[in-house]
Amino acid sequence: MEARDTIGAFGARGADRPLPSLEAPSPRYGEKLIKALLGAAAFLSVITTTAIVVSLLIPTFDFFTKDDIGLGEFLFGTNWAPTFEPSSFGVLPILVGTLSTSLWGMLFAVPIGLASAIWLSEYASPRQRKLVKPVLEVLAGIPTVAIGIFGLVFLSPVIAEVLPFMVNVPPFSAGVAGLAIGLMIVPIIASISDDAMRSVPSGLREAAYGLGATKMKVATRVIFPAAISGIIASLVLAGSRAVGETMVVLLVAGASPNLTFDPGSSVLTMTAFIGQTATGDISTGSITYDTIFAVGSLLFIITLALNLFAIRMVRKYREVYE
Amino acid sequence: MVGDTGLSNDPTEQLGLAGQPNEDGQLHTEGPKEDKGLTRQIAVTRETESGGDIWAKDKVFEVKDVTVSYGNKAAVKDVTMDIFQNEVTALIGPSGCGKSTLIRCLNRMNDLVSSASVDGEILYHGQDLYGPKVDPVQVRKMIGMVFQKPNPFPKSIFDNIAFGPRVLGMDDIDDRVEKALRGAALWDEVKDRLDDNAYGMSGGQQQRLCIARTMAVEPEVILMDEPCSALDPISTGKIEDLMAELKEEFSIVIVTHNMQQAARVSDKTAFLIVELDATEDNRWGQLVEYDETGKIFTNPRDQRTEDYVTGKVG
Repeated sequence: MEARDTIGAFGARGADRPLPSLEAPSPRYGEKLIKALLGAAAFLSVITTTAIVVSLLIPTFDFFTKDDIGLGEFLFGTNWAPTFEPSSFGVLPILVGTLSTSLWGMLFAVPIGLASAIWLSEYASPRQRKLVKPVLEVLAGIPTVAIGIFGLVFLSPVIAEVLPFMVNVPPFSAGVAGLAIGLMIVPIIASISDDAMRSVPSGLREAAYGLGATKMKVATRVIFPAAISGIIASLVLAGSRAVGETMVVLLVAGASPNLTFDPGSSVLTMTAFIGQTATGDISTGSITYDTIFAVGSLLFIITLALNLFAIRMVRKYREVYE
Repeated sequence: MVGDTGLSNDPTEQLGLAGQPNEDGQLHTEGPKEDKGLTRQIAVTRETESGGDIWAKDKVFEVKDVTVSYGNKAAVKDVTMDIFQNEVTALIGPSGCGKSTLIRCLNRMNDLVSSASVDGEILYHGQDLYGPKVDPVQVRKMIGMVFQKPNPFPKSIFDNIAFGPRVLGMDDIDDRVEKALRGAALWDEVKDRLDDNAYGMSGGQQQRLCIARTMAVEPEVILMDEPCSALDPISTGKIEDLMAELKEEFSIVIVTHNMQQAARVSDKTAFLIVELDATEDNRWGQLVEYDETGKIFTNPRDQRTEDYVTGKVG
């Protein structure tokens, strides 16, 4: 048999023949290019985040130095009137406005979202699931401006009729805005929590059923704790959406910077302030311009804190299987 | 079929009547009609060589003409067998013969698979296990299960054992945990680290933890679905020793791939086989022979059993 220049035929090689080369036959530029492109894609989001933070920080720095607004005045002041004369930069009213609408939204969405998730993952038949889950995900994809309009022209009048204390100054209400936000984030909680619970190994489910546990006990004592990290992730994502939501609050919450958690009151949130103020005719470097970025920075810090807190919670309560 | 008493020791008679291996080593199998005769025949009471009546003990389960299907595909067909109290009953057979499917019917675990359906009758102490008023949760309290892969909860060792008693609202949790761990011969190994996560244990310890967890709710029957298939021989030996003790208190049904294991631990053994229809499109499990373990392994009546236990096929 003829010896060939391959590793497999090495033993049969004649003594006069050269060793087969172990070097790459080509420089493989394609491989290097792909690697560079993939790396660049991954770094793009890092670069974007950094750029956003830097562009937030510079005008914010100006706000506290050039415009000479005290940090204490900003953080603890109870009067928000940045565009009036005399102006006042106490952020508390719009901070509380954000917390209020988010709180009402989460109060509505967390129980309903988690209940839906438990039903979807543990109780629903495959057919029911196949029907409900896509509908839920479509709800998550509805543009927020549509939800805002729905809140303004449908929810608000109906709620004003049924629960008058929820709408003091029709049609604006922090509670109704919260409810509309809640509708928007229920699918996030339900869908992600459902995925988390369904990815719990079926062995754990079987073990619990095998001990004579009822469906409810299996769901609440085994599946829920085992999926807690995914569930908390869904809650944080939902919370961040609620805090960052702009369109719904702009339309439904009104625009009065009232320092109150009363669901019936009209409030201005941080996002709504930015949304209504950041128009094309605002001049760069003006106090109003810097104010937007100061509020934006605060919003960024809040969501960052929320995420860090969530990571800690996940680490603390996670039940590691396998 | 085989002689009326089922005690024929004439190997030629067995050879002549049972399925024969064909050229490519696959089993030629009998038609369903003959098989039915065979399974009915094994259920009749017979005398042992020592003269005691081994088939007259208290029955835990009476499985009667049971067919289990997923969708409209039968996984195991026409099984009839009795399972007795304080014995270890082994189900052996090649992959796909439906032994796991069968064992999962005994505590209604198959209810969790929405496409599964059970035809025929399974009596548990004379009561229909699939009767209209029977609550599967109640059934599983009395008939516990240990699975192929150790599946402790991602909780502490203590909480794993305490889970069952807690959800069933039992009291004296501490005592029950200790008793169960002692019963599973695990107490001395873990008594100083009851609060550690169960996933820190070795595979064999995890499986004994799962057995202890099952024992803690004080069932009457423990079903074990290939409990040692993921374990090393030393851990397997420990679990086999444990089974010998457990049968004093519980009735045990075990599915195993390991024939030596069935021979070592069980009192009675059922051998199942994969049947194919003429077109070979459908395959299902069928009970071939059910008898005392000693007989199955030394003097089976059916040629297919002999071929399997002697390692000629499978």
